[in-house]
Amino acid sequence: MIEVIAPGPYATVQDLGRPGYGHLGVPSSGAADAPSLRLANRLVGNPEAAAGIELTFGGCRLRFSAGAWVALAGAPCPVELLLPGEGGRRDARAGMRAPFWVPEGGEMGVGTPAIGLRTYLAVRGGVDVPPVLGSRSTDSLSGLGPAPLAPGLVLPVGPVRGLPPITVDAAPPGPAESRPLRLIPGPRDDWFAPGAPAALCAGPYEVSQDSNRVGVRLRGAALERVRDGELPSEGMVAGALQVPPDGQPIVFLADHPPTGGYPVIAVLSPADLARAAQLRPGDAVRFRL
Amino acid sequence: MIRQAGEHGLLVETGTLEVSHRLDALLRADRPAGVTEIVPGPATVLVVAPGADPAGLRSSLSLLARTARAPGARAAARERTVTVPVVYDGADLSEVAELTGLTPAEVIDRHTRRELVAGWLGFAPGFAYLTGLDPVLHVPRLATPRTSVPAGAVAIAGPYSAVYPSASPGGWRLLGRSPLPVWDVTADPPALLTPGTRVRFRAVPE
Repeated sequence: MIEVIAPGPYATVQDLGRPGYGHLGVPSSGAADAPSLRLANRLVGNPEAAAGIELTFGGCRLRFSAGAWVALAGAPCPVELLLPGEGGRRDARAGMRAPFWVPEGGEMGVGTPAIGLRTYLAVRGGVDVPPVLGSRSTDSLSGLGPAPLAPGLVLPVGPVRGLPPITVDAAPPGPAESRPLRLIPGPRDDWFAPGAPAALCAGPYEVSQDSNRVGVRLRGAALERVRDGELPSEGMVAGALQVPPDGQPIVFLADHPPTGGYPVIAVLSPADLARAAQLRPGDAVRFRL
Repeated sequence: MIRQAGEHGLLVETGTLEVSHRLDALLRADRPAGVTEIVPGPATVLVVAPGADPAGLRSSLSLLARTARAPGARAAARERTVTVPVVYDGADLSEVAELTGLTPAEVIDRHTRRELVAGWLGFAPGFAYLTGLDPVLHVPRLATPRTSVPAGAVAIAGPYSAVYPSASPGGWRLLGRSPLPVWDVTADPPALLTPGTRVRFRAVPE
């Protein structure tokens, strides 16, 4: 069991979500930066789809009532591990992108990330809250799945028997990617002025404070429409840049509504979706076609 | 026309809700490899297939769309009819009567007389936009949405009716409430009113 002492600004249980229910009005949900959750799971020998904890701006404190292997990936945070017993000795082995052992009674603190927004904690055996529609993810839009982490909440950990051994010492961080996020035009680029894609790529856009797991709200050059009227509601994909009438795009993340009525000018390349999920308020973001 | 919706998505234009439902039924009856989501809308069907061969999927979708559009194509075979019992004691019933120039009894009559069709779902899990509402009952949404509408509330707004699947904020006008749950995460499917389902409201006493 893992006891939440403090969740930080916002923390939820996430796995790879519940795709396949969009036609019933159910968002996919799941880790906003799925590759980071997958990596954290691999580091502790879990299946990639096991449920972990998604931290937003770090700042989380957890106590382990049983020893467990833990790994963190995603936005890099300072990690502190206090061992049980008198004095609360610190264990220097705890850190990002490498599995480490938290003994029974150990207390782990995750600081604030220097860059990025979302950090993923995987525990060997997975977070074992009851699944809803096949997923343990908290869906911030619809309220499906477990409630966000709160002080005093206790998270069960699944069985570790039968899991493959931990074979990775550490995952080196990839090269810092600074290239503009790649867009695939459409499906409704014809609703916009011919110059709109160029305006979108001229950038930069600033990430707004009211961004969340539903979407990254951007502020910058308004994208001009050439068609008036309403688009009949249609299916939406993760990474879609939906453009409301004010012309300021919203990049849809994991908890986006499955249908929407504003035109989508372009969709992020799947490879860049995880980078969008790591944008923090105030960041400048650029796009390319 | 089939539009690209990102690397893994194809948005098939169907033009009408009926064709959307037929294409949706065809795709669910014989799901192409790699397809994870099929989301029908009033004039489109979105197909998401992260694992599919894009060119192959595009050509099979255009073939299926042609079948769905063919004149005389049979309506989706799995069409179900659901009767939704309603206690017509909603907070907005008398205002809807005023707006439409009807008596409350006439509002109820017009709401129960026609068979509606669940068009598509959105807004919340299990929230079906029910199409085919009597045009006399087309009323605007509330100017100020309620902060909480209870699960089971039966409402209308614009050309649609709906049964609120769970408690949520809402700007639709409330005609009554139904004891029939339309959303249950332990059921398969969890939504009672899936796209294409025929729906008839029936007035019941308390």
